[in-house]
Amino acid sequence: MTERILSTGNDAVARAAICAGCKNYFAYPITPQSEIAHYMARELPKIGGCFLQSEGEYAAAYMLLGAALSGKRVMTSTSSPGIALMQEPLSMIVTAEIPTVVVDTQRLGPGTGTGGQQGQTDYSFVTRGVYGGIHYPVLAPYSVSEIFEFVQLAFHIADKYRILTMVLTDFVLGRMTEYLKLKTFDFGPLPEKEWALKGKALKGGRSGILFTVTGLMLDITGFFRQQEEKANRIIDSETRYETYKVEDADLLIVSYGYTARASKGAVNMARAQGIKAGLFRPITLWPFPKEPLKREALKAGKVLVVEDSPGGLVEDVELSVQGKAPVHFLGIQARHTARPEGLIFPERILQEVRELL
Amino acid sequence: MSQETSITKKLVCKRPAFRLLPMGLCAGCHYGIIFRLLDEVLEEMDLKGTAIFIGGGGCSALGAMALDIDAFGGPHGPGTAIASALKRVSPDAFVFAMQGDGEQGAIGLGNFVAAAVRGENITVITMNNACYGMTGGQLAPTTLLGMVTPTTPTGRDQETTGFPMLGPELVAPLRGVAYAARGTVHTPDNRQKSKKMLKTAFQKQLQRLGFGVVEFLSACPTNWKLSSADCLKFIEEKMLSEFPLGEFKNIEKKRE
Repeated sequence: MTERILSTGNDAVARAAICAGCKNYFAYPITPQSEIAHYMARELPKIGGCFLQSEGEYAAAYMLLGAALSGKRVMTSTSSPGIALMQEPLSMIVTAEIPTVVVDTQRLGPGTGTGGQQGQTDYSFVTRGVYGGIHYPVLAPYSVSEIFEFVQLAFHIADKYRILTMVLTDFVLGRMTEYLKLKTFDFGPLPEKEWALKGKALKGGRSGILFTVTGLMLDITGFFRQQEEKANRIIDSETRYETYKVEDADLLIVSYGYTARASKGAVNMARAQGIKAGLFRPITLWPFPKEPLKREALKAGKVLVVEDSPGGLVEDVELSVQGKAPVHFLGIQARHTARPEGLIFPERILQEVRELL
Repeated sequence: MSQETSITKKLVCKRPAFRLLPMGLCAGCHYGIIFRLLDEVLEEMDLKGTAIFIGGGGCSALGAMALDIDAFGGPHGPGTAIASALKRVSPDAFVFAMQGDGEQGAIGLGNFVAAAVRGENITVITMNNACYGMTGGQLAPTTLLGMVTPTTPTGRDQETTGFPMLGPELVAPLRGVAYAARGTVHTPDNRQKSKKMLKTAFQKQLQRLGFGVVEFLSACPTNWKLSSADCLKFIEEKMLSEFPLGEFKNIEKKRE
């Protein structure tokens, strides 16, 4: 019997990692996700794992890389400024094709921002890949149980394609408490990690080398061709999205994360008033579900993008719809208050829907 | 003169089994000597089966490509952070990081000191050639006062860039550090002393006593713009007075 427990989103990240067999975690404290580190510091030593608080996010991501060289599952988590500090190591990880999982619990704003409150302002920064022109998958859950599932899925995708996989949550999702079913998900078979560095004695005397210098490969176009083929395999097999009441919709709301939760509420409220609104929720932000979104957008005829930011997701939606349907935007200006505790509520989304229809 | 000579055939040492030959080092560079010493020590201590070499970004990375052992390399600076984590999750592996003086003293200084503070059970090998070798000989933390480099065109001035950095001495007082030493490879006897330092440092990791660091002085004829012979003189006359040789820390048992 699967145990049903109450958990915060942040704790769900840690629980999911351990369920996925990840016993190694490296991180530097940052609000609003330090609870993940607290959980790991408490629980990993009990199961013979490794918790290490690093000297900063740059080091945390390099520790993630270093530990992952062993072939073991490893994770780090951080929030927006921390993701910025991790950019170089994340690019190294992608170049050397080392499977790793990173969780970004977004906090609002550029710079120091609000000091760790809600917002979805990392979208463009984390969905465009690393410097050097390589993309990595980004999963966007919208509930605690989805966080629990997607973190486990992230480990599977990372191992399957030898790639960095990110789970993008936010303050609201990280701090909210919901039920989840404690279980280990089985996503299918995975390749052996023959590339792992363990010392050559454990590998029949054959030494291995992993380098991040693309110039050493002497075949630059070959490197990028191989990366492109890998990206195409991910796009073909891993693109995920969810639709809600879109069959007869006259207006398609597009949203992810906590605002998708509010948007779903708005769809229900609209339907109760006889207004035919539907929701399209991208689950992978890269690869982005371009074709399905275009299809639904054309069917509905009108699109409303809802995100708690000055605009990030809206650009991907416009690219997908290709000007074939009007794309409206409800962003950070729709918060209920100008103060840091501002949120975009279903009522405000409904008001926008009514104005558009 | 027809004197009978009996020749005893005895294998003194094997040619190192390098993965990458030729290595791409400049003529007169001492890195090749240091890689050779490293290879010998790994062989003699029977560590090649469990060794994992964390190389940096710079000329020192060529060593990680050359030695026939498991290796990772490329990033410039964070070698000690990478090695720390890898060692923690693979305690039975023998993990060492090789770094240039710029990696240890500038871009990776925080990672170097933090790993020493934590007393990570890894070994760090630093190559001190008083400049940035791969990028064109610019100012390094170890550049000597008055030394002309592309970024100190009138010579290193203490008023603007401070004094040469002493890496092993910097971390030696930290309680997590088991071994800290500096050697040079510019003379045969010093090569033997350096080899012994490397062995001692490796021994500390095997005994799980904590962080070990060995720095080697090394010639950079290309960027010093000196002949190989003049490089030896430069080390002897200019570098030895600034960078003392010897052991600064050598503990026998773990501190509480």
